[in-house]
Amino acid sequence: MAERAIAQDTPELRARWGNFAWSAENVAKAKEIVGRYPEGRSRSAVMPLLFLAQYQVGAETNTQGWLPIPVMEFIADYLGMPVIRVLEVATFYTMYNLAPVGRYHVQVCGTTPCMLRGSDDLIEACYRRGMRKGHTSPDGLWTFTEVECMGNCASAPMVQINDDNYEDLTVERLDHILNELVAGRQPKTGTQEPGRHTVEPIGGPTTLTDMVSDNHDYRGEWG
Amino acid sequence: MPKVTVDGQEIEVPNGATVLQACELAGKEIPRFCYHERLSIAGNCRMCLVEVKPGPPKPQASCALPATEGQEIRTDSEMVKKAREGVLEFLLINHPLDCPICDQGGECDLQDQTLFYGRGASRYHENKRAVTEKYMGPLIKTIMTRCIHCTRCVRFSEEIAGVDEIGALYRGEDMQITTYLEQAASHELSANVIDLCPVGALTSRPFSFEARPWELKKTLSIDVSDATGANIRVDSRGREVLRILPRNNDDVNEEWISDKGRFQADGLIRRRLDRVWIRRGGKLEAALWDDAFAMIAGVNAGSSVAALAGDLLDCETMFAAKKLLGALGSNLIESRQTGMAYDVSNLAGVNFNTSLAEIENADTILIVGSHVRWEAPLLNVRLRKAVKRGAKVFIVGPQWDPTYAAEFLGEDAGVFHDLPSHVTEAFGQAERPAVIVGAGGLVAGALGPALAFAQQHNLVRDGWNGFNVVHTAAARMGALMLGFAQKGGMADIVAAQPKLVLSLGADEVDYSQFPGALKVYIGHHGDKGAHAADIILPASAFTEKAGTYVNTEGRVQFSDKAVFAPGDAREDWTILRALADTLGVSIGFDSFDQLRATMIAEVPALGQEGLAHYGALPLAPRGARATGAIAYPIKDFYLTNPIARASETLQRCSAELLHGQDFAEAAE
Ligand code: SF4
Ligand code: FES
Ligand code: FES
Repeated sequence: MAERAIAQDTPELRARWGNFAWSAENVAKAKEIVGRYPEGRSRSAVMPLLFLAQYQVGAETNTQGWLPIPVMEFIADYLGMPVIRVLEVATFYTMYNLAPVGRYHVQVCGTTPCMLRGSDDLIEACYRRGMRKGHTSPDGLWTFTEVECMGNCASAPMVQINDDNYEDLTVERLDHILNELVAGRQPKTGTQEPGRHTVEPIGGPTTLTDMVSDNHDYRGEWG
Repeated sequence: MPKVTVDGQEIEVPNGATVLQACELAGKEIPRFCYHERLSIAGNCRMCLVEVKPGPPKPQASCALPATEGQEIRTDSEMVKKAREGVLEFLLINHPLDCPICDQGGECDLQDQTLFYGRGASRYHENKRAVTEKYMGPLIKTIMTRCIHCTRCVRFSEEIAGVDEIGALYRGEDMQITTYLEQAASHELSANVIDLCPVGALTSRPFSFEARPWELKKTLSIDVSDATGANIRVDSRGREVLRILPRNNDDVNEEWISDKGRFQADGLIRRRLDRVWIRRGGKLEAALWDDAFAMIAGVNAGSSVAALAGDLLDCETMFAAKKLLGALGSNLIESRQTGMAYDVSNLAGVNFNTSLAEIENADTILIVGSHVRWEAPLLNVRLRKAVKRGAKVFIVGPQWDPTYAAEFLGEDAGVFHDLPSHVTEAFGQAERPAVIVGAGGLVAGALGPALAFAQQHNLVRDGWNGFNVVHTAAARMGALMLGFAQKGGMADIVAAQPKLVLSLGADEVDYSQFPGALKVYIGHHGDKGAHAADIILPASAFTEKAGTYVNTEGRVQFSDKAVFAPGDAREDWTILRALADTLGVSIGFDSFDQLRATMIAEVPALGQEGLAHYGALPLAPRGARATGAIAYPIKDFYLTNPIARASETLQRCSAELLHGQDFAEAAE
């Protein structure tokens, strides 16, 4: 797993993010989120609010966003909870970025199913473009992270870039996607296998075939 | 009450008990790292595995499993043994092999358990985890690579101390324990995490590399840094006290002590008075005992003698002084150094009657003029528990952070006579109401009105006495039991213009009130009292003499002598005994045992460990009114007594934690 560390608390950081506040649109959203939880349990909103804040930072920096210390303090204050508890949540979940990310946050899954289906090659392809694990490329275009299973094993190997998944990848397909992104175009998301829609079995079902046409009851056949 | 079998032995356990507790009741020791009786259950170390039927066919964490009717528990099966060995092996994977340089060595849970469940050698050949040091302030030294992620420290600071300052960041094997942005832990009880940490991740910074636990002589003693009378263990080597640790006493301190009580240890060897001094021409000169005694005899004071008792004194010293003065024909004895003059004709009226343990059960509490966190941190822990159980707390006095929900009603003591209706209503409905008067309240004259309040709201009812005074001086209740109080307080003593003033470690007295008197300071530290004295007779600190102490709830407790006093210093009572000879009077005892026996004969309660009984509350004086802005007596939590003021550790705490001086860089 990539090394994660909270971005240093510096005067510059404070100057940039010290007066973070919800954008006009997020004011209402944050209220709505807190409203989902019972009275006195507003702390439960910490996860969606951190995510909202990360998005807002992302919108301001034209990236996926991340969570500077002053922003986490803002959330703690907003929910009236100790900031160390906010920090615990933010550092626990890897979907919160603790340091600035580049224009595209490339998260390659390296867990067993993806690895068996060639994620090592994808990682190599990323390295050829100058990406390094846990780092942002000097041009600010890429942040590269190797992650654990993203739940797309049926269409492995896969890569998540900002908020989109790209599945059934080969080195060529990944290269195409990255080229498109560099060119400012939005490549097709999801599976890259021609003819495949989502994660349905390639070449038709091989199990539970009787279920394809009607609701077949298999229970009598177990034994 | 469910019945369970533990290793074939059938026992009944209380409702709500866990399997771990059931095993303990059956006399089986269950190894554990994360479980702690006084903290919430975390269940994350997995060391306490046992086999339980019915249940899944795998070992279960006993600390987090409720005991239920008919369970068959095995703690001695092969499966349990193997499971524990497995857990331990995993814990040791990332634990450094640095016991020889670790301060926890000899009192480390991990070391002890490894002795029982450890393999002879490691099977792990990969790189071990390493964690960067985390700064936690002047008291707690951290070596976080040793942390086994039990989260006891996190739970303590959140649950007991009530300050969310320690947290667990990141996850899995990357988890790291730290304070927010590595700020110093600044709670008055912060150092208790040192005792809680089962390994050497959090150790005492001042005690680092000082000694091994097995080299130390352990003496049972009583803390004198405040009036709660926490039970402590004094660890010493040779003539030096090296550290102070809390002892378990559910009635008093549970198993915590304040940072001040713990770390004033290094003050015991600094600024000590270890020889006799006489002031000649405004300058102190070293002298002999005989010269000093001759000089005292020389003023021919007759019965014009006063004795002022300091805040740290044991009852024996005060009793000896009282006897001496009695023999000289004087009763000018006083212990309330700063001039307080509340009525002490009935001690129930100045006692913490509810008791420290019971106050947890109060449901409505009014605090008048006490910064409890600083004046009695261990009491604040109890109040916090009460609030967690639903108690409402109201405070009259300037704002401070109680760590629990409390409503501040105003700074002026007059508020007491004009309580908002929701407060009186709350008291009207309360089942176990309590009022707590602190030193600030006493000065503002709130004692009488508090008694009236107690009558009005029936604070004394069946099995419940809700009237409380919290003192700040460890010696106070003992002194009052021995009669160290004048009707008009210190002013009466001043008015009597004594020719000879014996100051028994009384450092808070304004000695300019005694311009004509010969002032003899009998004490242990070169502090304010010694600066004002004409003669200094070196005496013993609380660790250097056996003594009886009475805490703010009237609990009589005994303390033993840990080490000898330095240099020429003597035990206080021997000095007073010698003084009696010089002044040609007899005070009726020649040994400490005789002294104690005489004292107990006169005040029997002092011979009985436990709560003294003072009887019913006095009637409230008519028309007593509290007025004026309340001021708390403690301005600096860490420097309230001469020992603490001499302690380098506490001086640094004061500078860094209260006055914001930055030492973080200086720490390695
Ligand atoms: S520092 Fe000590 S008490 Fe805190 S989690 Fe680590 S091992 Fe447990
Ligand atoms: S292993 Fe890569 S998505 Fe599951
Ligand atoms: S003591 Fe039970 S899991 Fe730690």
